[in-house]
Amino acid sequence: MEPTSRAFKENSRAAVNDAHLQQALSNMRVGFVDKRGKAVGKLPEFEALRDEGRDIKAHVLENLDFYLEEFEARVVEKGGRVHWCQTGAEARETILTICREAGAKTVTKGKSMIGEEIEINDFLEANGIEPIETDLGEYIIQLAGEPPSHIIAPAIHKTQDDVADLFVEHHAPYGKTERLNEARALVDEARQILRQKFVDADVGITGANFLVAETGSVVVVTNEGNGDLTQTLPRTHIVTASIEKLVPTLEDTTTLLRLLARSATGQEFSTYTTFSTGPKRPGDLDGPEAFHVVILDNGRSAALGGEFHDLLRCIRCAACLNHCPVYRAIGGHAYGWVYSGPMGAVYTPLLLGIEEAGHLPNASSFCGRCEAVCPMRIPLPRMMRHWREREFEGRYSAPAVRRNLRLWAWLVRHPALYNRMTALAARALRLLAGRRGRLSRLPLAGGWTVSRDLPAPEGRSFKALWAADVRPGRGR
Amino acid sequence: MNDSRAAILATIAKRLGRGPLDEAARKSLRARLRGHAPGLIPARAQLPHDEQLALFQEQAEAVATTVERLDANSDVPGAVADYLARHNLPSEVVMAPDPSLDGYPWGDKPTLQIRRGVTAGDDLVAVTGAFAGIAETGSLMMLSGPDTPTTLNYLPDNHIVVLRAEQVMGTYEEGWILLRSAGAMPRNVNFVTGPSRTADIEQKTQLGAHGPRRLHIVIVGSAQEDK
Repeated sequence: MEPTSRAFKENSRAAVNDAHLQQALSNMRVGFVDKRGKAVGKLPEFEALRDEGRDIKAHVLENLDFYLEEFEARVVEKGGRVHWCQTGAEARETILTICREAGAKTVTKGKSMIGEEIEINDFLEANGIEPIETDLGEYIIQLAGEPPSHIIAPAIHKTQDDVADLFVEHHAPYGKTERLNEARALVDEARQILRQKFVDADVGITGANFLVAETGSVVVVTNEGNGDLTQTLPRTHIVTASIEKLVPTLEDTTTLLRLLARSATGQEFSTYTTFSTGPKRPGDLDGPEAFHVVILDNGRSAALGGEFHDLLRCIRCAACLNHCPVYRAIGGHAYGWVYSGPMGAVYTPLLLGIEEAGHLPNASSFCGRCEAVCPMRIPLPRMMRHWREREFEGRYSAPAVRRNLRLWAWLVRHPALYNRMTALAARALRLLAGRRGRLSRLPLAGGWTVSRDLPAPEGRSFKALWAADVRPGRGR
Repeated sequence: MNDSRAAILATIAKRLGRGPLDEAARKSLRARLRGHAPGLIPARAQLPHDEQLALFQEQAEAVATTVERLDANSDVPGAVADYLARHNLPSEVVMAPDPSLDGYPWGDKPTLQIRRGVTAGDDLVAVTGAFAGIAETGSLMMLSGPDTPTTLNYLPDNHIVVLRAEQVMGTYEEGWILLRSAGAMPRNVNFVTGPSRTADIEQKTQLGAHGPRRLHIVIVGSAQEDK
């Protein structure tokens, strides 16, 4: 997809005023936030596990070259192949070559953010191979011709009515013309249609939640079981994964798995957690005959050792999206590319460049919820600040914004003047507010008061109070 | 392709501010892999075996698995037949060619039609064993192999798993230890925790997205005294 991250402000405005989208997003609190809270509450060791998870991934990143090579050696030992790709274009070509060698006409797909990142579906289609998304959410947005709006719930912006409309529109060739009014019936219809696709597919492409260096295993986590049917029924299984998915041992993976589902959906464990190692073995009655792992860099290795190094610990649980007031207000599409929410606001500029995606890190109130819930303890707000600094230093922001920021920076470095001006401003605002005690219009900041009032300052500034020693516990 | 491999590895080493890892560093990393030390293991499942069995059942039922406890091998065929009758299912199952299932007297239920082998997707009910039951989350640990085809866990609408009580253990880590002692990693290790589900339509959970709509676990025997 062509990124629209540059239009983030316009996208956001449209999203906030989209009643339909707002209705779809309204399920998030109960669906994700409350469930995560309950699951975490049931595991007293959760915080300690977060520390261990962070340390495991930090250790992997420090030794990433070693673990990649170990993983490759184990995959090859088991009869699989590893393909190293620096760019999305290279990964697409590699996948196409494997599909052609397999004589593929149709390809089933498990949900994969790397698949989205490299736009593999469009590419396969352009080359005469039909890709079929099998995760229900991904299937829905494939029918709609849209990118995912959430990394684990790609169709969260769709209502049940939307899904019913899409199925009526697209399922006629299968003899399904009735419009269905229940989620149960919609799931059943998709199940029936996709079941045949699973059986007919020549190649199955999945993503990977983890790559295990110890055994050369690929870990895929789903609730639907689509990942398993995608990789077990076709003759060829292709895995797409980025370099930072490595984990040393099965035990390390276990620690991360204890964090993943709880953080993502509030489940104690996802329904299906599958470790796949090489192609089918002699005597096996099912499983793929060929096993390929396509490992994608796409700019990640260059982020090591820098300000965004720790972002590569991300395990794509989406807790930061689910708890973000900005994401919950605008949804994922406003971010303009495949990753959204706080992790997307840091990831997207890394992969697309700050010119394209410089707006995204500005969309944060720095409330800190993302970092507070991140199982890998990634300091997302700090990283957004780094991007803001780069945006300023690189002169990517609007001249007026930069001018005002410079003025502000100068002012706060002159405390005496700052104190006098803020005291003056407080008094002026109080006068302007009059008896109401609130301002419905603000000089020079009209945008802020469009949808809310500013309460007038009531007395002295915080600094003045502090100077006067009205600190708690001082007896005043 | 090899160029990309070299380029990626070189960038990693360079960005980490070091050259390629020296032999001493590699040795210590290899030792970490070989040691595969467990991390923090939650206290939840570190229990006497009878309590692990109870926890397994409780956790499995919490994710919509049904669980039945039986005393003896001879009860198993009847339990399977009753389950089919209870759910109005035909008295036909596809059963894994797993020899661990041979010990149950299936002949006692002559009306139960059993086909041993793999499924093409047209069977309604699969009966399999499992490698282990993990009490921590009520999960089944299933391995692929000539006697245990993976598709039996996914294609039929109903999945009945016959587990011996001594196969139920506390944690995933115990499963890994048992697996390593049994030999190499099979093509698939599947942890199955409840029947298939999706919440992709308005976050309302529906069972039976692509995998089984029902998962039933039959546990045979009683807790180990000294486990």
